[in-house]
Amino acid sequence: MISIKNVSKWYGDFHVLKECSTEVTKGEVVVVCGPSGSGKSTLIKCVNGLESFQKGEIIVDGASVGDKKTNLSKLRSRVGMVFQHFELFPHLSVMQNLTIAQCRVLKRAPSESTEKALKLLEVVGLKAHAQKFPAQLSGGQQQRVAIARALAMDPIAMLFDEPTSALDPEMIKEVLDVMVNLAQAGMTMMVVTHEMGFAREVANRVIFMDHGQIVEDRPKTDFFCAPGTDRAQQFLSKILSHSAQG
Amino acid sequence: MLRTLQITLVAVTAGMILGTILAVCRLSRSRVLSTVAGLYVTCFRSVPLVMVLLWFYLLVPDLVKRIVGNPSLDIRLLSAFVAFSLFEASYYAEIIRAGIQSVSKGQVSAGLALGMTGGETMRLIILPQAFRRMIPLLLTQAIILFQDTSLVYVMGLADFFGVAYNTGDRDGTLVELILFSGAVYLVICFVASTLVRKMQKKIA
Repeated sequence: MISIKNVSKWYGDFHVLKECSTEVTKGEVVVVCGPSGSGKSTLIKCVNGLESFQKGEIIVDGASVGDKKTNLSKLRSRVGMVFQHFELFPHLSVMQNLTIAQCRVLKRAPSESTEKALKLLEVVGLKAHAQKFPAQLSGGQQQRVAIARALAMDPIAMLFDEPTSALDPEMIKEVLDVMVNLAQAGMTMMVVTHEMGFAREVANRVIFMDHGQIVEDRPKTDFFCAPGTDRAQQFLSKILSHSAQG
Repeated sequence: MLRTLQITLVAVTAGMILGTILAVCRLSRSRVLSTVAGLYVTCFRSVPLVMVLLWFYLLVPDLVKRIVGNPSLDIRLLSAFVAFSLFEASYYAEIIRAGIQSVSKGQVSAGLALGMTGGETMRLIILPQAFRRMIPLLLTQAIILFQDTSLVYVMGLADFFGVAYNTGDRDGTLVELILFSGAVYLVICFVASTLVRKMQKKIA
C-alpha cells in the first residue's frame, strides 16, 4: 500500500533522510521509533507529501507522491494524518472540524457528513462534545477528535506523527486505546511514537531510525527480543528502563 | 459627513479586499507574485497620502478624459475612492500578512492533510483565524483612515471638514467651525477606539 524506495532529503546541507526504503502492506501496523532528530517525523510527512524529498520514490496506493502530475490533494484526502499538536481548527466546533473536509473535499451532503461525524465521535467516546469548541476539550479529547476527523474521510491508511508526545501521562492511554482498536479493526497504520507498549501490543513491524537512516526494520518480536544493532539496543534500554521507572 | 463616511466605507472595504489579495500574493511561493505585491506595498507605504491623492487628482482624470474623449467628465469622487482604496490596501496588506503568519504552520498542514487545496486551506482555515486576531488592528486602521479622508480637500472635494471650513469662511466664523468639526472627529474617533479597546479585551 505504501512503498518507500531510496528516499533522500536535504535541508540545505543537512542530510535529513538517507536512502530510506520500506514497505507497508494493507492492514499492517508499522511503528517508527528513534531518537529525536533522526528523521522519523520527516519521513512520515513525506508519505503524504507534506514534506518534499529530492531523491527516491514513494508510492501510495499506486500513485507516486513525488510526481508533479499526481493530484496531491486527492491522494491526501485518502490518507489520514494525526499530528503531535492535534491541529484541530480552533474557529470551528468539533462537529464542523469533522464535516468541513467531508463536504468540501468529498462533496458529501451535510446530512450525510453529520451522520458520519456522529458515528465516529461515538467510536472515540466524544459524542456528547460535538457542539463544543476544541479549546473546551482536554488534550486527550482533542487528539481523539483529530483521529475521528481523519477517519471521517474513510482513509485507506492512517499516519500518526507522535500522537501522544504532547499529552499528559493520564491522557495518553485514552488516545492509545483508540489507536489499538483501530489497529485491531485492520486499519493500515504508520505510527511515529515512543510508546513501546503500543508497539508491543499491535505493531507488526518496528522501524528504528537514527541520523536519517533506517537502521532496523524488523518484525516486532525480533526487534524487542534481539535488536540487531547496538544503537537500537541502547535506545530500547534507555526508553524501556525509563518507562519502567515511570 | 456623508461624504466622509462614504469614502471611509469604500476605502476600508476595497482596501481590505485588495489588501488580502496582496497579502496572500506576498506570502505565495511564486517569486513573481510576491515581488510584485512587495513592490506595491513598499511603494505606497513610502509615499505620503497627500501625494497619492494629488496624482489621482492631477494625472489620472486627465488620462481618463483623454482616453474616453470627454473633457468635461467629473470623476473626482471616483478618483478619491480609487486613491484611498489603493493607498489603504498597502497598509491592510501588511496587517493581514502579519495576521496570516500568526496562524501556526501546523494548521496549514492539517488543512492540506485532509485533502483541501492550498486555496481552500487559506480561505476556510487560515484567513478566518487570522481575521479574528486582526479585528482590533483593522478597526484602528479604519479610524486613522476616517481622519485622513479630510485630505480630499486637495482634490477640490468637500468632505465634512471641507464643508465646515467653507461655511466658516463664508460666515466669518472660521475658528468656531474648525473647533466644532475637530470636536466631532474627536467624539467619533474616541467612541470608536473605546469600542476597539473593549473588543481587544474580549479577544485576548
